[in-house]
Amino acid sequence: MIDEGKSLFLQIAERVEDSIVDGSLTEESQAPSTNELAAFYRINPATALKGINLLVDKGVLYKQRGVGMFVTSGARAALLAERRAAFADTYLEPLMAEARKLGLNAEDLAALIGERFNERIKQ
Amino acid sequence: MTSVIEVSHLTKRFRDTVALDDVTFALEGDTIYGLLGRNGAGKTTLMSIVTAQSFATTGKVSVFGEAPYENARVLNRVCFVRDDQAYPSSATALHAFRIARLCFPNWDQALADRLVTDFRLPLKTNIKKLSRGQRSAVGAIIGVASRAEVTFFDEPYLGLDAVARQAFYDRLLEDYAEHPRTIVLSSHLIDEVANILERVIVLDNGRVIMNDAADDLRNRAVVITGDSAAVAAFTAGREVIHRQNLGNVTAVTVLGGMSPQDRAALAANNLEVSPVTLQQLVVRTTQDAPRSTAAA
Repeated sequence: MIDEGKSLFLQIAERVEDSIVDGSLTEESQAPSTNELAAFYRINPATALKGINLLVDKGVLYKQRGVGMFVTSGARAALLAERRAAFADTYLEPLMAEARKLGLNAEDLAALIGERFNERIKQ
Repeated sequence: MTSVIEVSHLTKRFRDTVALDDVTFALEGDTIYGLLGRNGAGKTTLMSIVTAQSFATTGKVSVFGEAPYENARVLNRVCFVRDDQAYPSSATALHAFRIARLCFPNWDQALADRLVTDFRLPLKTNIKKLSRGQRSAVGAIIGVASRAEVTFFDEPYLGLDAVARQAFYDRLLEDYAEHPRTIVLSSHLIDEVANILERVIVLDNGRVIMNDAADDLRNRAVVITGDSAAVAAFTAGREVIHRQNLGNVTAVTVLGGMSPQDRAALAANNLEVSPVTLQQLVVRTTQDAPRSTAAA
């Protein structure tokens, strides 16, 4: 569940962002607390706090004094835009590296992707 | 944050051997430390001296700003759970917990009771007749329930099964979240504790060779794998701490983070980069193999 080599607090921030992107954590609802995150992922609470603070600095979460952290309105749209921008680097680059190894060109790749998309739609 | 313990230029000699060699460090409040290193590195000696159970040859130890020896103001705020704790001959776990309750002002009996259930610890059996794991459980319970401002655990897991170890880490973390304090875990099961540590101190041959935030150590080293010639070219001039060959493929562990330029060069040369766990990092930096550079 935890990926080595990447800072833990970044991973925690990403997990919380994932729940916002997939809709399981809705805007204006309360985000998990530092201690809940620490217990769930079995990590140091200071690490969880660092992850949460990153999201506060980014404007994804906001603090309500004495109550906890909440998801900012518009956070989901902002995260979607950010992830779409990073999509090519994160997912296409490794895909293309493997394709090059196998001797597949851009058309081959496009055809394969089109095929899989259509299969999914039929299911 | 303020230091709760300060150790400066601490040296401990036993006849011909130097157990601790000019050790200097500080422990901050409300932090979980990992004290790591091979057997004989000096971990237990260090914890004994800091908790006033043993004397330094030279150097200075200060606990909450005071000298710890015979100092009750300091000692009931510090708990040291030894792996080889000796108990009076007829003592049961129940007796041990009653004594702990008197010694430690923050003792939480409800928490101790819950841990007894978690560990399935028999309370009325003579401690001498308990299994190794059950004896470890007695120490682990005292360490957690005493809620001392500074708690040292010396290999608290000896003989504990996987379920009991997980219960120990979970309860410790849970209680730490509610009642932050300084905890020092000396452990050889590094993978098991890596994610709950905030800072890591590594001792080797009586010296502190690492004292870093756990998160920084996650990016301290990487393994580069691929064609031997390409690996040699890329790692030339870098600090190599381990090297392994399989036919024409070489896997090399190098210290230092990878810059975006490095990543691009690695991708261009079809070299694979994989992260190094804290455990692997400690193994690689404390094993006796001589260090070499890629050029050698």
